[in-house]
Amino acid sequence: MSTAMKDLVEAHPFMTSMNEESIELVSGCARNVVFAPGSLLCAEGGDADTFYLLRRGQVSISAHVPGRGSVVIETVGAGDVVGWSWLVPPYRWTFDARAMDAVGCIAIDGACLRVKALTNPSLGFALLSKVSMTLLERLQATRMRLLDLYGDHRVK
Amino acid sequence: MSSDRTLLMRPSPAARESLSALTPILHRVVERIGETNDITTLALEPLEPPSMNFRCGQFNMLSALGVGEIAISMSSAPHERMLRHSIRDVGAVSHALCQSSVGDLVGVRGPFGSDWRVESARGDVDQRDTVVVAGGIGLAPLRGAVEELVRDTQRGGGRIFILVGAREPSQIVFRADLESWKARGAKVSLTVDLATSEWDGRVGLVTTLLADAGFDATNSRAMLCGPEVMMRFTARALIDLGMDPEGILVSLERNMQCGVGWCGHCQLGPLLLCRDGPVVPYAGLVSQLLTQRER
Repeated sequence: MSTAMKDLVEAHPFMTSMNEESIELVSGCARNVVFAPGSLLCAEGGDADTFYLLRRGQVSISAHVPGRGSVVIETVGAGDVVGWSWLVPPYRWTFDARAMDAVGCIAIDGACLRVKALTNPSLGFALLSKVSMTLLERLQATRMRLLDLYGDHRVK
Repeated sequence: MSSDRTLLMRPSPAARESLSALTPILHRVVERIGETNDITTLALEPLEPPSMNFRCGQFNMLSALGVGEIAISMSSAPHERMLRHSIRDVGAVSHALCQSSVGDLVGVRGPFGSDWRVESARGDVDQRDTVVVAGGIGLAPLRGAVEELVRDTQRGGGRIFILVGAREPSQIVFRADLESWKARGAKVSLTVDLATSEWDGRVGLVTTLLADAGFDATNSRAMLCGPEVMMRFTARALIDLGMDPEGILVSLERNMQCGVGWCGHCQLGPLLLCRDGPVVPYAGLVSQLLTQRER
């Protein structure tokens, strides 16, 4: 693991408040990757062996809907995380994630991190806390969108 | 139409001075713009000058003759020639107004209420960044303020960040203005709840635009207008980013009727929003009132 990689990982908002040891362990499973506009970070049904800490660019999360094509559910950008299917069996992607423009991110090997988390409960708890926080934010945002705030809700 | 009522609504300039705020002044529709499938902008001109003086964020009571009266914020800036209101077709009166044609007459009472305080307390250009967050038709009451702010940036005012959320791409209003503001230096970010196949922009809550917008939260102020839940969540997110709650203004809507604080229909706790609002600071009392359930 290079110092440069550790610096990149440490600088990502997902790693905020993680201790030095956890950052080092995560960095040991990380590599720096770029995606060209339009390319897939992950595809629905594929093995969820990675998760991504986005450093720049925008990524669309979408699903294929028969008759409607690829429907974008949400977009995420720098500072966000793509993917948590690496954490829970059967480790399979449930949506497509596609680069909307040039995307730079840190790709983290899910299998590598799972092994480290199992043998290091402190890292495991820190990771679960962070993933839970991200999930909570996304769940709240989804609930808000379900309210259809901008819709016409007059009584007809 | 030449009823006594119409004559009453066409006062001479001298008599007009003494008219109470309860008397509508007749205006003529001089332009009608279909913004979306259910939002229409009407440009109005008084039958006799002078035109109305107002501040950005205030509202008028518009009457569709023979139908009724509703509160609508001005969507033009004071320096613009025409008085504009953008109306969403959601009820009998708004439907009648949206159906107006060029040349039709509309009653106007106002202006009423508080404003966005575009200028600083000293009356000069505000140096802070301004974050404008609008949801749906919430951009309409902010449009005039943004116009003023964009002018101010050319006079040394702070940067402007315009963050707009809409249900779907076709519901984004003032697209030409958004382009114009962008061309004049404002940073414009859009997001929708429901993407269509043609949409290649961001999808998600308007609050997701805050983190990477690029403003300095510790030296910024914010103007929020949209559904109350959206404003509540946005205000909290801005405070989490480090913005002073005192610098956050929200535009609230209740059942405005008299416009002058007499009838009490627009009461929110101790506030009468037609008089104390619609633009109020989020800090303190309002942040508490917005979480209380209506009884």
